[in-house]
Amino acid sequence: MAGIEEEPVSLAEAPVRSLSMIEAINDALDIMLERDPDVILLGEDIGYFGGVFRATAGLQQKHGKTRVFDTPISEGGIIGVAVGMGAYGLRPVPEIQFADYIYPGLDQLISEAARLRYRSAGEFIAPMTVRSPFGGGIFGGQTHSQSPEALFTHVSGLKTVVPSTPHDAKGLLISAIEDNDPVIFFEPKRIYNGPFDGYYDKPTKPWKGHPGARVPEGYYSIPLGKAHTVRSGSAMTVLAYGTMVHVAEAVCRDKGVDAEIIDLRTLVPLDIEAVENSVEKTGRCLVVHEATRTSGFGAELAALVQERCFYHLEAPVERVTGFDTPYPHSLEWAYFPGPIRIGEAIDRLMEA
Amino acid sequence: MAKAATSDSGTTASGPARDSSDQAGGDNFELRSLQDSFESEKRYTASQDELIGFYKQMLLIRRFEEKAGQLYGLGLIGGFCHLYIGQEAVAVGLQSALQEGKDSVITGYRDHGHMLAYGIDPKVIMAELTGRQAGISHGKGGSMHMFSTEHAFYGGHGIVGAQVSLGAGLAFAHKYRDDGGICLAYFGDGAANQGQVYESFNMASLWQLPIVFVVENNQYAMGTSVKRSSAETEFYRRGTAFRIPGIAVNGMDVLEVRRAAEVAFAHVREGNGPVLLELNTYRYRGHSMSDPAKYRTREEVQGVRETSDPIERAKAELAGMGVDEETLKQIDKDIRAAVAEAADFAEKSPEPDASELYTDVLVESY
Repeated sequence: MAGIEEEPVSLAEAPVRSLSMIEAINDALDIMLERDPDVILLGEDIGYFGGVFRATAGLQQKHGKTRVFDTPISEGGIIGVAVGMGAYGLRPVPEIQFADYIYPGLDQLISEAARLRYRSAGEFIAPMTVRSPFGGGIFGGQTHSQSPEALFTHVSGLKTVVPSTPHDAKGLLISAIEDNDPVIFFEPKRIYNGPFDGYYDKPTKPWKGHPGARVPEGYYSIPLGKAHTVRSGSAMTVLAYGTMVHVAEAVCRDKGVDAEIIDLRTLVPLDIEAVENSVEKTGRCLVVHEATRTSGFGAELAALVQERCFYHLEAPVERVTGFDTPYPHSLEWAYFPGPIRIGEAIDRLMEA
Repeated sequence: MAKAATSDSGTTASGPARDSSDQAGGDNFELRSLQDSFESEKRYTASQDELIGFYKQMLLIRRFEEKAGQLYGLGLIGGFCHLYIGQEAVAVGLQSALQEGKDSVITGYRDHGHMLAYGIDPKVIMAELTGRQAGISHGKGGSMHMFSTEHAFYGGHGIVGAQVSLGAGLAFAHKYRDDGGICLAYFGDGAANQGQVYESFNMASLWQLPIVFVVENNQYAMGTSVKRSSAETEFYRRGTAFRIPGIAVNGMDVLEVRRAAEVAFAHVREGNGPVLLELNTYRYRGHSMSDPAKYRTREEVQGVRETSDPIERAKAELAGMGVDEETLKQIDKDIRAAVAEAADFAEKSPEPDASELYTDVLVESY
């Protein structure tokens, strides 16, 4: 995989619209419900109400109550039922309303969904795409703001995806639903309706006009395990995903740093070649994520970079992350790895 | 062990289970055994002073929540904010029957009313909503995550249903310490479908824990009505499989709630194990401030407001007892002043220092 190149636009002819991330996700779900009768959406408030963030708005009306339906508030049960559906040949797409609510379903995800293929020597699989809004920046306090991706990347047998634009969200979600393994699809809720760049005191612009909001109509997919180079540069490599792609981009733009920003898009499988090629070129690496620092996915990235690119490095790998605290209610912007902390890390890297 | 939470035979390898003859109600378990004694005298007989007390507390909750809604609209409260408007009689009726300093309370994220019903200072609650240092959790918990050790109020929990198991643990501790206390564990009709609720029911009944499970059935789990999410919509029956007697209560009448509390608490205090109360109530506002409530009609909400409002009911009753209009007006005036003061305090208090970010993460400081 040559991860640092722009991927070919496979649907050059398809008409392109400007969509928000929520609309793009809704579009992907709609298309997959249309294409594959085995696709089923289930979750809390997703049917009649259309989802708390409106990701499934209108889908029950269009595809009926047997394909798109409400569940009780029972996360363990939702994931467990999805494992059974998947093992029987369906393609369930359960929504967990907030990533913070996923923990009651961990037993089913880890011990059942992720492990069924291995322990049945490939006889049984549990394809499912667990969609879940995640991340902070909405003043949600400790139970509505977390970024628990590293819990899932630590589990062999699961794939973990985090899109950063409407275009990617649609293509990656379609790939996830078609994938024969269980996929955790974390949707950064702060950028559902606009590419938030970390400047919380300024109004967030809507997606309209952003290149990542140009979403082709109809079916297309973006392969899992392929990173996207958001911008090329030679001074350093910035590894990010989700909301932090936009924050990193804004900081690099404002500071005039010639950074190469790589949006990982999927954490497992990871496009390590893209990372390696870039760091070998730039010699410097900054990792940014919202999640807490210790044992965060940044630790894995930093380890991989030093294993593979050690003799190309001009400076120690830097991490800018959430602090090792529960997600605070007030002090949110102190916790959030915003432009100031990213800017300081960039300075340290360039001075080293 | 102090007094074991289990029977004497519970120290054997077979664990703390009781033998079958000890089971709640023995062979004669009846789901509605307490309902019948409740029905025989359905409303608490309150003195005029007592009813004025209930009225004041309910009105304080209502006015506090209205103000919180306004502050939210002004951007002074951010994130999530779940108002208790419409459900006031539940917290007030139940908690007025608790023995303060002895009993414990735990609830979900719609927790402002339960704290106010406990007499916790509205100023420190409102300051928590605005995320200030003076807030009861120093602004770090926010609307959904508030606690008071002084009042044995164990939160304030943002994860739906998770607090119910904690409540069983609190009840275990009451029994273990033999302190005579009981735990009041609130949850909603939505949370009633979480698996861990039933794991807790089983343990509480198996170990005869002093706990009153309270389903505040406000008819909607966020945007999903009870009928769309629940196979058994009569929640008081949900303990049947665990031999937990249930009582269905009109949660819009503070005197009926109080009377149900007396029946339930007496049963639990006598060592008979848990009781499940279903309080039928209604929230007038959306699930949270960001919910436009499009899953129900305006007429439905208006209908409940006009016919069943718990505060209007108490007010009419007070008038019937001869309390004059002037007194009632003065009460409202005083409460509005207290709430305005709380809002002012919450607005003017400083935000927490950045160093608070790292306090209380672990016992040791970083």
